[in-house]
Amino acid sequence: MSLIETKGLSLRYGGAVVLRDVNFTLSKGEIVTIVGPNGSGKSSLLRALIGALKPAAGKVIRKSDLKIGYVPQKLQIDATLPLTVQRFLNLPRRQKPAVVARALTQAGVPELSHRQMSGLSGGQFQRVLLARALLDAPDVLVLDEATQGLDQPGAAAFYQRIEEVRRETGVAVLMVSHDLHVVMAASDRVLCLNGHVCCEGTPEVVADAPEYRALFGTGTQGALALYRHDHNHNHDHDHGHTPDHGHDHPKTVAKDHIDVG
Amino acid sequence: MLDDFALRAALAGLGVALAAAPLGCFVIWRRMAYFGDATSHAALLGVALALATDLPVFAGVLLVALVMALIVSALSERNVSADALLGVLAHAALALGLVAVSLIPGQRVDLSAYLFGDILAVRQSDLLVIWGGAVLVGALLVWRWQALLSATLNPDLATASGGNPRREQLILTLALAITVAVAIKVVGALLIAAMLVIPAAAARPFARTPEVMAICAVVIGAMSALGGLAGSFAFDTPTGPSIVTLAAGIFALSSALSPLLRRG
Repeated sequence: MSLIETKGLSLRYGGAVVLRDVNFTLSKGEIVTIVGPNGSGKSSLLRALIGALKPAAGKVIRKSDLKIGYVPQKLQIDATLPLTVQRFLNLPRRQKPAVVARALTQAGVPELSHRQMSGLSGGQFQRVLLARALLDAPDVLVLDEATQGLDQPGAAAFYQRIEEVRRETGVAVLMVSHDLHVVMAASDRVLCLNGHVCCEGTPEVVADAPEYRALFGTGTQGALALYRHDHNHNHDHDHGHTPDHGHDHPKTVAKDHIDVG
Repeated sequence: MLDDFALRAALAGLGVALAAAPLGCFVIWRRMAYFGDATSHAALLGVALALATDLPVFAGVLLVALVMALIVSALSERNVSADALLGVLAHAALALGLVAVSLIPGQRVDLSAYLFGDILAVRQSDLLVIWGGAVLVGALLVWRWQALLSATLNPDLATASGGNPRREQLILTLALAITVAVAIKVVGALLIAAMLVIPAAAARPFARTPEVMAICAVVIGAMSALGGLAGSFAFDTPTGPSIVTLAAGIFALSSALSPLLRRG
């Protein structure tokens, strides 16, 4: 059964239409990734799905009592606002300490609860945002470029954590990402946007689609294969992201760093 | 033994600190300092309106401050880089208020009382208004505290967990207008924004959570009000500016101490 569905959804941002006629369904437990160049409407779509942006046309249908865990693109906490991780996780609702502790453990950072938010590293900060999204045992996690600012091993570890959380809890995951190769390999379905849905399907199907190749070139498929290959072997080693990697495989590294930003 | 007028002045100062300090925390967390400026400078226009229409000054100021706060709030929502516009509005409101007051026929208005406050002339009825307003603002903030904090952190995050950041913004706007209206008699239109921002900023180094910061801000605001009042008696200086000067001194001290207080 579907958790969120859009019908003929069109969105405006600052007067201009950024996205038109999106028909999209997210089902229980699936991981769907949205890719697309800057300004293609990715973040706007997510914001419409969480209810922060009103449709210009069409509609968004959410399952009743749907619980959404949202991880925003960036969260800037003003330096004048003192906030411990613990206090942050008690917003907007007070939580039992055990619930907070469990969410932090799920996000892989059980030791951070008494730290100041402003003193966290980028990776720790994103984990805390993930913990916050997991607090209410959500039906769906919505992540908007949640690994922005993380290095590649950091991003890979973050997505691996997401996959594990999905396995443990059965939460559906909808994310926007620029880390094409990592994300596409981890997804059940990929949605490629460029002002409209230009293609959609399993990662392999999308990577082969001419619309996708027109946007991102053909390189990603190779990187995808590389990742798949790595992925089948060993989760613990560092996926070949050692510093000398670039010298050994200059071609694949270039593909690794495809950044549509 | 305290004179009656001194006691009333002290109570008035405490009332303003009670409302302005915790509200001021939100003003600095949300980077709305100009918002406070524009709203409090518009108070003078409210004075002119009240004098021209025989409304109580408090009502005129509340009305105009509320309209101004709503305008500023709408503008800053639409336009992310509203800084220049807010600056224009803040000073235009002040100038327009000064012009409007001078145009009112048949009145010799003591402008400095409205610009810098006239805390020693606070009457019993003023005290009622000040404390009524302060308690209302305090109650609004306590009631909406969690939601206000969430909306301050990130509007989308608040929306995703079922909040309504727009409503919280409105509540802050309302609280700001009330605070301006009750504070004009105490510190005057020019310095209301100072009572919002300075105690809150001075409280920052002492706090690890938002709640502690708000409480520290109230304490610092109250200390400034009482100390400034005493100082103005002792040195025969204007009361509103004396209060703000003391608050600024505490801010300087707490900033200097800040590296010692920050443990991580």
